Amino acid sequence: MSAPLIDLVGITKQFDDTLVLDDLNLSIQENEFMTLLGPSGCGKTTTLRIIGGFTQADKGQLFFEGKEISGVPPHKRQLNTVFQKYALFSHLNIEENIAFGLKIKKKSRQYIKDKIDYALKLVNLDGYGKRMPDQLSGGQQQRIAIARAIVNEPKVLLLDEPLGALDLKLRQDMQYELIRLKNELGITFIYVTHDQEEALTMSDKIVVMNQGYIQQMGTPEQIYNEPENAFVADFIGDSNIIDGTMIQDLVVEICGVRLPCIDTGFGRNKPVDVVIRPEDVELTLPTPDGLNGVVSHLIFKGVHYEMEVEAGGFTWLVHSTSLSPVGSKVGISVRPENIQIMNKPASEDEEAIANDE
Amino acid sequence: MMSKRLGKQLLAGPFLLWMVAFTIIPLILMGIKGFTTADGAFTLENILAMGSEMNIQALILSLQLSLMSTVICLLLAYPLAMILRKMGDSNSVIVFLFVLPMWMNFLLRTIAWQSLLEKEGVINGILTALHLPTIDIINTPAAIVLGMVYNFLPFMILPLYNCLAKIDDNVVNAAHDLGANWLQTFVRVILPLSVPGIISGVTMVFVPALTTFVISDILGGSKILLIGNIIEQQFTVSYDWNTGAGLSIVLMIFVLLSMALINIFDKDGEGTVL
Repeated sequence: MSAPLIDLVGITKQFDDTLVLDDLNLSIQENEFMTLLGPSGCGKTTTLRIIGGFTQADKGQLFFEGKEISGVPPHKRQLNTVFQKYALFSHLNIEENIAFGLKIKKKSRQYIKDKIDYALKLVNLDGYGKRMPDQLSGGQQQRIAIARAIVNEPKVLLLDEPLGALDLKLRQDMQYELIRLKNELGITFIYVTHDQEEALTMSDKIVVMNQGYIQQMGTPEQIYNEPENAFVADFIGDSNIIDGTMIQDLVVEICGVRLPCIDTGFGRNKPVDVVIRPEDVELTLPTPDGLNGVVSHLIFKGVHYEMEVEAGGFTWLVHSTSLSPVGSKVGISVRPENIQIMNKPASEDEEAIANDE
Repeated sequence: MMSKRLGKQLLAGPFLLWMVAFTIIPLILMGIKGFTTADGAFTLENILAMGSEMNIQALILSLQLSLMSTVICLLLAYPLAMILRKMGDSNSVIVFLFVLPMWMNFLLRTIAWQSLLEKEGVINGILTALHLPTIDIINTPAAIVLGMVYNFLPFMILPLYNCLAKIDDNVVNAAHDLGANWLQTFVRVILPLSVPGIISGVTMVFVPALTTFVISDILGGSKILLIGNIIEQQFTVSYDWNTGAGLSIVLMIFVLLSMALINIFDKDGEGTVL
């Protein structure tokens, strides 16, 4: 792997008495779409602000292309930010907004004009140059905010929940737009969001954060399919997190029933957390020695039915395209490869981190 | 539906009554007085009275002093409003301290300045005790400007602070992010965004300063006549209500013209007071 573009080493940040980031280490590669994902207060925005230069870390170092930039003010960093709620200059029209950074850098008039045209085309807002920001919709303003940042040709674009203020449909459109932009520009995106769907859709790499710690780092597939702890499993999508016991390699006991699984190396008779995604639960006819239960709730969700099944003292969340009416007796079966075994948190401290939202 | 709308319109009733009784009718009466002689015959003399040498001088001096106080207020208030904005929520005590004098009677405050500034007053007493040269500004235009600035400063601070506090931190951050240093950010972003606040503040200081007669009376020792003093004397000393009304109309036109001039800078109309 080549040398990272940005390196955070031992970053610690405290606001008043709250530890927001605790000894955070993170490397970001060139041309990567990396998402910092987590609930509010997990430290993701603070991390972004430290990279952008708007917040100073109490401890630790920040490297950009191998050089330490911890003390460099924001206006001298080779990165640009797209802020929450756009932060356009309301007294300037769209062209002037986009030209802001270029005028500061004293670029020629022709260069600025070409850049404005290019940027407006890139974000599909050709011909909007003379309008004022408040004449544009939220989605359009957000695209202008992106255009305003990228005309400066930053090596890294920082995006702080840029789609948070948009409605669902627009958010989905903008996700595709952002992926396209990233591919066209070939620059590094660091994206902050609390929306797990957004993170899964767009990222090359997701960093799941909670309480100032990195919980898990990996590709969207890894994060979704192989969550490393209960917090990640719970935060990324719906899941059934069940107390279980690893009887031996390849056998786990949950709700009093032994099921085959594909995990090894947990030891014998060890308590574990078992994660099963709702779409991986298969409902069958009741079986004599299997896990049986009763459907207690049913909601039609469009793509699938969402059901709750009371079985073995646990309420199972089940997504299925076939309908089992409320009150019907069903059996529950899960393929071995869809059972995800996780170690219980080792210490109470870790448990607090994992459980706290 | 009809009754609901009628009900809402009735709510405006008390205010309308107030406006008619205490603003519109007096304005009409003033207009009539201003354009008639004591016998009730039509005349332009009361209006033209402003052209006399003494009145013109007073008007120019009023414009000079009120303009000067407005500029000083702006220069004092802007940095303070910026500091208050930076402080965020913890600034309420300071805002309170600046607004506190407004709770005291305007006359009392001005008279207090008189006794502070007097030749044998408090300030000179302290200066003499310290063997420092005394300051001798009572009964000069400087004392009047001081009184105006002191009395009207809160009216500059509040609208400015309100306007600056509304500027999103991220808008300022965005300017830095795009390469602007502190000065560039101020000139290109903060200052233009605060124009509505500047206009409100300027209006709220300039208009009362232009028309005041109390401050010039007390701190100018009735040696310095502002246009406000001349109009006041027409009513209270000469009992010539017609001339007083005529001069008031001219002064009102000056105020309106200044406002129109100021509002040219206010594209959004956010700072409009009139």
